[in-house]
Amino acid sequence: MKLVIIKYNAGNIQSVLYALERIGRQAVVTDDPVQIRDADKVIFPGVGEASTAMDYLRERGLDELIRGLKQPVLGICLGMQLMCSYSEENDTTCLGIFEEKVRRFEPGASPEAAEAAMAAGASVFKIPQIGWNTIYDLRTPLFEGVADGSYCYFVHGYYAALGGHTIAKTDYVQPYSSGLHRANFYGVQFHPEKSAVAGERILQNFIDRI
Amino acid sequence: MLTKRIIPCLDIKDGRTVKGVNFENIRDAGDPVELGALYAREGADELVFLDITATNEKRKTLRELVNRIAHHINIPFTVGGGISSVEDVSLLLQNGADKISVNTSAFRRPELVTELAREFGSQCVVLAIDTRQEEDGNWYVYLNGGRVRTETLCADWAAEGVARGAGEILLTSMNNDGTKKGFALDITRQLAEALPVPIIASGGGGVPHHFAEVLGTGKADAALAASIFHFKEIGIPELKGYLQERGLIMRL
Repeated sequence: MKLVIIKYNAGNIQSVLYALERIGRQAVVTDDPVQIRDADKVIFPGVGEASTAMDYLRERGLDELIRGLKQPVLGICLGMQLMCSYSEENDTTCLGIFEEKVRRFEPGASPEAAEAAMAAGASVFKIPQIGWNTIYDLRTPLFEGVADGSYCYFVHGYYAALGGHTIAKTDYVQPYSSGLHRANFYGVQFHPEKSAVAGERILQNFIDRI
Repeated sequence: MLTKRIIPCLDIKDGRTVKGVNFENIRDAGDPVELGALYAREGADELVFLDITATNEKRKTLRELVNRIAHHINIPFTVGGGISSVEDVSLLLQNGADKISVNTSAFRRPELVTELAREFGSQCVVLAIDTRQEEDGNWYVYLNGGRVRTETLCADWAAEGVARGAGEILLTSMNNDGTKKGFALDITRQLAEALPVPIIASGGGGVPHHFAEVLGTGKADAALAASIFHFKEIGIPELKGYLQERGLIMRL
């Protein structure tokens, strides 16, 4: 199986490569359109800022390329957000694979949520969310063998709203989409490459079961 | 719900883990990758690797070590010690570090924090601050591993660091460090309430109750400790189980 990780101006790409190696898979990191199109599966990772990432993808025609892919594609963190229709991060039009919009966490959004945070010992919701949070209402084989309520590692200041493509939910400030799916496209907001055993299972599922 | 984090810290010298108390009686404690992987299996939420050699000729050793850690460990890790430029950070991130921490170099040249946040994003910039409470009751910033005092208040420097883009504060109380008598609750809480970024409390954790205090009363988002984990005084699973029983949200 030919596994490709899309190379672009975002961080964390090496970490995904290493995580795949830990589960015994080799991948190629490339921005070469031919190699990406020919891959059996494509991973679109990333930690970074939405507008500079979209500019980079557009300049190289990678936006059209990604949108047109027919093989399974897994977006991670910023990758997933870029697959949505729009991001409030610097007012960015994204790829539009998922209709869901990406919003900034507003700590004051929900008094109930703020109260819950206080009860847990936090004074306020820190933005970005950094750390381990649960994923629940899991759907699709991407999460096969992953228990509802498993902990995954998140680092993000923007979130995808709940919508028709939601396949995993997480609560921070309010419930939001920590997983999205439409046709051959999958996205996760957390970092499976840093989410211990649960994350490794999700990567394995993407390779073996999608 | 987002959990509180327990973070073991490993001191690295010439590519090896060293154990010691207050940098004295340092002895070799094996391969950092093996120890880090063990902590990860035991349920550590993140790891911090602090390079205490931090001389230029050892930089390559550190990069190689970071690369090995990134290959073998399936949880996030931070690398600190002697980092003073965008180039240093770029190389460490390319080798797989998730975050870097800066301390003295950032205080000497605060623009470093701005540059790092702009270049790599706030999420990977941890501002480490060593602080001591003096007789006037104020907490002052110390540099060079606690050897150099400054006139700057800890809260002021932390606020400036966050304004410049630091994504987390790693706060070490020198009054408490090595005492095993508990974390500095007041300064931790002060920063946790004042700043919009997570606070990692460090220094003084000796028994599980101390961790409950700093994550509860102290409002820290994470607690870091070194020797109590290395010397197996507290097991990570037992510690996290205890904290969960005390009503704190933990990943078990």
